[in-house]
Amino acid sequence: MNQPATETLSVIVEREVPFPPEKIWRALTQPHLIEEWLMKNDFKPAVDHRFNLRGDWGTVDCQVLAVEPNKTLSYTWGAMGLESVVTWTLTPTNTGTHLRMEQSGFTRDQPQNYQGAKFGWQKFFANLEQILARAD
Amino acid sequence: MPTTHDVLFRTLADPTRRAIFERLCREGEQTVGALTARSGVSQPAVSKHLGVLKQARLVRDRHEGRQTHYSAQLGALAPLMDWTSQMAGFWQSRFDDLEDLLKRMDQ
Repeated sequence: MNQPATETLSVIVEREVPFPPEKIWRALTQPHLIEEWLMKNDFKPAVDHRFNLRGDWGTVDCQVLAVEPNKTLSYTWGAMGLESVVTWTLTPTNTGTHLRMEQSGFTRDQPQNYQGAKFGWQKFFANLEQILARAD
Repeated sequence: MPTTHDVLFRTLADPTRRAIFERLCREGEQTVGALTARSGVSQPAVSKHLGVLKQARLVRDRHEGRQTHYSAQLGALAPLMDWTSQMAGFWQSRFDDLEDLLKRMDQ
C-alpha cells in the first residue's frame, strides 16, 4: 500500500534511422506526411496549437507543448480518458539520426481513475464492440 | 486454456451484461433491484449476468441486510488496459511505418 498512487510510467521507443534529422522532422511535422505513418490530423508546428489525430477507432486530442526544429517535438496525447505527453527527440549520428519517442504520464492506478472511467469507458466499450464484431 | 483476455472479452461481449457493467462503472454501487429497474430485463436475468460478471471478477458483491450491493471492479480490466505494453506495441509499428515513409520520401 506504500506505492504512490501517482507513480508515473512511460513508454520509450528508440531507433537508429538512416536519414538526416531534417528529413525525419518533415515526416513528424507535415500533416500529409504524419497521416502516412500515424493518423489523419490537423497538426501545426506551433506551441499551444490544439489538434486531433483521427484513427478509425477514435480520436486523440493533442496540444503542442514544444517545438525545436530538427531536434525536439512534444505534444499532449489524450485518448480514452488518459492524459499523457509524447516527446520526440532527434539526435544526429554519423549514419543518420537517433530517433527517440517517449510517452509519459501513465499512472499505475489509471484503470481505476474515476475521471478516466467517466470520459473514457464509453469509447472503450465502443472499441471493444468493434473488435468483437471483427473477431467473428 | 482460455486466457484472461478471452474471459474478459467473452464476459463483456453480451450487450445487456456490458450495459450492466457500464452502469456500475458510471454510477457506482447498486442493488440488483436498482439495476433491474432500468435494464429492461427481468431480475433473474440481471442476477445471472451479475453472476457471470462476478466470475470474471468484474464485479464484487456486498451483503447488507437482505440486500446485495454490486460494484464494478475496474482493476479486473487491467490486462486490457495495460497501457505501457499496448502503447509500446503501437509505437513500434508506427516507427515501422515512419521508416517506410522516409524511404519513399525524396530529399
